Amino acid sequence: MTTEVLRKYKTFSQEDFAEMIKLVLIPFLALLFFLATWSIGASRVETSLGALPGPASVWTQFSVLIDEHNAERTKEAAFYERQEKRNAKKLAKNPDAKVKIRSYTGKPTFFDQIMTSLYTVFTGFILGSLIAIPLGIISGLSNTMYRAINPIVQVMKPVSPLAWLPIVTMVVSAVYVSSDPMFSKSFVTSAITVTLCCMWPTLINTAVGVSSIDKDLLNVSQVLRLNFMTKVWKIVLPSAMPMIFTGLRLSLGIGWMVLIAAEMLAQNPGLGKFVWDEFQNGSSNSLSRIMVAVLVIGFIGFVLDRGMLLLQKKVSWDKSAVLR
Amino acid sequence: MSNEYLNIDYVTMDFPTPDGPYRALNKVDLVIEQGEFISLIGHSGCGKSTVLNIVAGLLQATEGGVVLEGKEVNEPAPDRAVVFQNHSLLPWLTAYQNVELAVKQVFKRTKSRSEMKEWIEHNLHLVHMDHAMHKLPSEISGGMKQRVGIARALAMQPKVLLMDEPFGALDALTRAHMQESLMEIQADLKNTVIMITHDVDEAVLLSDRIVMMTNGPSATIGEILDIELPRPRNRVALSDDPTYNHYRHQVLQFLYERQRNPAEIEEENELADEVDAQASDVVLNLVKSEEAA
Repeated sequence: MTTEVLRKYKTFSQEDFAEMIKLVLIPFLALLFFLATWSIGASRVETSLGALPGPASVWTQFSVLIDEHNAERTKEAAFYERQEKRNAKKLAKNPDAKVKIRSYTGKPTFFDQIMTSLYTVFTGFILGSLIAIPLGIISGLSNTMYRAINPIVQVMKPVSPLAWLPIVTMVVSAVYVSSDPMFSKSFVTSAITVTLCCMWPTLINTAVGVSSIDKDLLNVSQVLRLNFMTKVWKIVLPSAMPMIFTGLRLSLGIGWMVLIAAEMLAQNPGLGKFVWDEFQNGSSNSLSRIMVAVLVIGFIGFVLDRGMLLLQKKVSWDKSAVLR
Repeated sequence: MSNEYLNIDYVTMDFPTPDGPYRALNKVDLVIEQGEFISLIGHSGCGKSTVLNIVAGLLQATEGGVVLEGKEVNEPAPDRAVVFQNHSLLPWLTAYQNVELAVKQVFKRTKSRSEMKEWIEHNLHLVHMDHAMHKLPSEISGGMKQRVGIARALAMQPKVLLMDEPFGALDALTRAHMQESLMEIQADLKNTVIMITHDVDEAVLLSDRIVMMTNGPSATIGEILDIELPRPRNRVALSDDPTYNHYRHQVLQFLYERQRNPAEIEEENELADEVDAQASDVVLNLVKSEEAA
């Protein structure tokens, strides 16, 4: 028993240590090298807003953004507290008095903008997936449908979000008319642009996944005379699931990239607008703040991708498949 | 024909190719009685699977047709259940769920939920799979997967059971074991079975009749051999039985003398060509050397 434990301990101290160096030390050194290069390189680039910020000033601005967020929240809490007190006083004087409850109208902080961006990208992404997956299944099952859709998809796929945006903006302004809109126009425009750009990978991958289903499984479905829905639900979907998820991951990645551009132009109060506003603002801190946004955008993109991977692992029937 | 149950009536099958239609089957004609066990044997590419797929309704014959109990069949249905060579279980469903999918489809109006459960379990029991009912196909061996495939087919209560080289992918011992199981089930249920096989012993051991097919293109039935061995049959006892060996010999003779494997013949022809070429080289050299002299 003890020798076994010792052996385990020994193997840990030698082989696992080497493994740890590979896993932790190498990426860590690479990161250090990156930060050093950035720090030295950036200080040599002189812009109209001063030297290009290095890692240190970006980090400072990140904490400033957190402080600003906390300050805004405190102000908001204070605002509601004052309002409540005022209303309570009013009611104490005259129980029949009409009390107005106003919502706080302070400017959104960096973190509010992150939430808006996430909300917008998921709206666009889910909308896109709801269109792309059924369409992909149909065109994967029917050669005629595939031939019909394929040229359109191939032409639409490479179109930049910036080209879609003016059209989407005009269409949304014309069609989405309401005196009390549930969503702001900028939100709808951004979300639809995301939809238009991110549905293609899902559509293509779903179609490919569905069309490469094992012929024998389709024969089984024929022998059993499964109706269309049962066939799709029991055979087609599970079989194409890995490909569908590959598509979904690509789509979400594209959607997130597209969103930042869309928000800049549509003025949807998310990360894109943050970057644009800082750019227009042009203070000495602007570049650092934009770089904070760049890093956060990258990090969120990474987290979204890992999230999709986790979800894929959860719904995948083949637990032995290597997903990366 | 009083006992006609399944009639494969002059079936001809052409497949379209860029060089015009390719005739895979030519006037395959076979009448099968209820409860009969038929083996289709022949070399690869002789159209055995095509015959089976036409009976299953997965392919439509160019000429002729298939009549089951007096009705023509031209589309797939659970009354002609197929056991596929590579089991074709849905990998995301457990053994139980795979059979359940078939049972729900066939008996959705006639059986209650608990009756269905009982029926599924009964069929899995029949193929000795009760212990691994709730395992996924990836968690069980090849032989077990094929058992589940058979259970799924049996659970449909088919009029005809079609098996496309059901044990072709299994090792010899597992295959023997599966053949025993199949004979047991067959003694019990007396299904009408058409089985494709490559294995002469398997064909003789299991069948009432062996249908031997000629090589394609334009493959057709070359010979039909009635196997009049009493049942139950015992593999070991039969291996020393002169009648059994006689049947075996007849099938082998058909396959390896009268209908040789086309790939082999081609190989031999190539070899002969090569020898010819070498011979002519030698002659040429001789002539040349004579001329030089």
